[in-house]
Amino acid sequence: MSYLMNSSEILQTIQMIDQQHLDVRTVTMGISLLDCAASSAASCAEKVYEKICRKAENLVSESRSIEQEYGIPIVNKRVSVTPISLVAASCDDKDYAPIAKAMDRAAKTVGIDFIGGFSALAQKGFTESDLCLVRSIPGSLAETHLVCSSVNVGSTRAGINMDAVALMGKVIRETAELDPMGCAKLVVFCNAVEDNPFMAGAFHGVGEPECVINVGVSGPGVVAHALKSCKGEKIDVVAETIKRTAFKITRMGQLVAQEASRRLHVPFGVVDLSLAPTPAIGDSVAEILELIGLERCGTHGTTAALALLNDAVKKGGVMASSHVGGLSGAFIPVSEDAGMIRAAEEGALSIDKLEAMTCVCSVGLDMIAVPGDTSAETLSAIIADEAAIGMINNKTTAVRLIPAIGKTVGERIDFGGLLGSAPVMPLHSGSASAFIERGGRIPAPLHSLKN
Amino acid sequence: MKKAIVSVFAKDARGITAYVTALLAERDINILDISQTLMQEYFAMIMLVDLEACPLPFHELAEWLKEKGALRALDIHIQREEIFEAMHRI
Repeated sequence: MSYLMNSSEILQTIQMIDQQHLDVRTVTMGISLLDCAASSAASCAEKVYEKICRKAENLVSESRSIEQEYGIPIVNKRVSVTPISLVAASCDDKDYAPIAKAMDRAAKTVGIDFIGGFSALAQKGFTESDLCLVRSIPGSLAETHLVCSSVNVGSTRAGINMDAVALMGKVIRETAELDPMGCAKLVVFCNAVEDNPFMAGAFHGVGEPECVINVGVSGPGVVAHALKSCKGEKIDVVAETIKRTAFKITRMGQLVAQEASRRLHVPFGVVDLSLAPTPAIGDSVAEILELIGLERCGTHGTTAALALLNDAVKKGGVMASSHVGGLSGAFIPVSEDAGMIRAAEEGALSIDKLEAMTCVCSVGLDMIAVPGDTSAETLSAIIADEAAIGMINNKTTAVRLIPAIGKTVGERIDFGGLLGSAPVMPLHSGSASAFIERGGRIPAPLHSLKN
Repeated sequence: MKKAIVSVFAKDARGITAYVTALLAERDINILDISQTLMQEYFAMIMLVDLEACPLPFHELAEWLKEKGALRALDIHIQREEIFEAMHRI
């Protein structure tokens, strides 16, 4: 069926793209590297490089032609791979940095923006390979540019691996000491998903096909614009408006995903319906919450407004796409959102409120700068809190903290580009060392008697 | 038929329609539908076109229209029609 020209619809679409920052945030190709196992890190690295280059050869050029033909910006082109702790398990070497470097080289060769999957799944315990990978993270992130790393430390089914939580606190500190930027590429998950196209947490799960295309949409600016016409209306109207807008945004993501899949001869996986903010003015999730009626994001009422937003985005998006997956919902990364940065700088948004918000948003404590002298145990305790929220509530939670080495509360750390900048936020001063040093596992939670 | 939507935005002036339609004719592009409005002082024109006979690849045509538009301070976009259908039709 051909499109019957309707000027107001066409103008609306063009304005969404030109003035309201509507874009496809990422086309992410998931590639299985399970066939790249080898007996040494060097030969594994060689196979990894060859396979990524072969599979993703046309990803960037085809994404560009979709961008040009449809006039819709595709901000990032990315690749996610099988968790490297699985791929490298048969290597004799203990240091997996050569494989990270091969991923980095491959990413540069094919011209993508990020590559994810330097990852380990350790929710119930570490394999020897998981430990090798985790210990290789600080050095690998310092020596590569485009490689992203993630570690899953808990799940609703398995409980929380507190040994992994303790170790990740140390790994984040070590990574920050080498280069704080490294921490922007490192996520600690509970209930990690296998088809997430967003960084830094993307990896290609073992249940996924050989190769797959996942698309992540964006569009906080479009939702904010639509809400400007809802002033004084009942909250039902707000929810309905967000749903309708999310539908339109997702339809565009679905179109791009289908086109990319067809042109690259790779099956379509999912559209991730996330409202992903950028530091640009007018592309902020915090601004949406403020338009719903909060003087500042972070004040009382923020959790409720975010819950409504997160749910309405999913409801609107689900019907617009044949397959929805990934993290889907609203992201609340502090440094990547101009409204969050402002709220944090004014003291309206605290880490405690952010933690509460993660109970109802799609991910977790994201891109938060903490004082440079924060101990590994405190970082671990924050991870444990966040993992507990995910475990009990059956949702994905994540922690991406940046210890701002040499800086303290009130100062600012700049990352540049989509990662933005963040004010260093205050933490509680009481120690949780004795708790973290216990190690062991928090048992999986009960699934009945829910109160 | 290879359909696309051409949209033109500019501050209103004489001869915009003539200029843009001449550009399209030069590249063998057939206009199927056309609509134009003034929003305050701004001119907005939208055309549904057929690219079947156009010899240029899509991205070159888009670049060419953009450059030619810039000469007269016109903002000219060309996009495949599917994006509008996807966004506004179930």
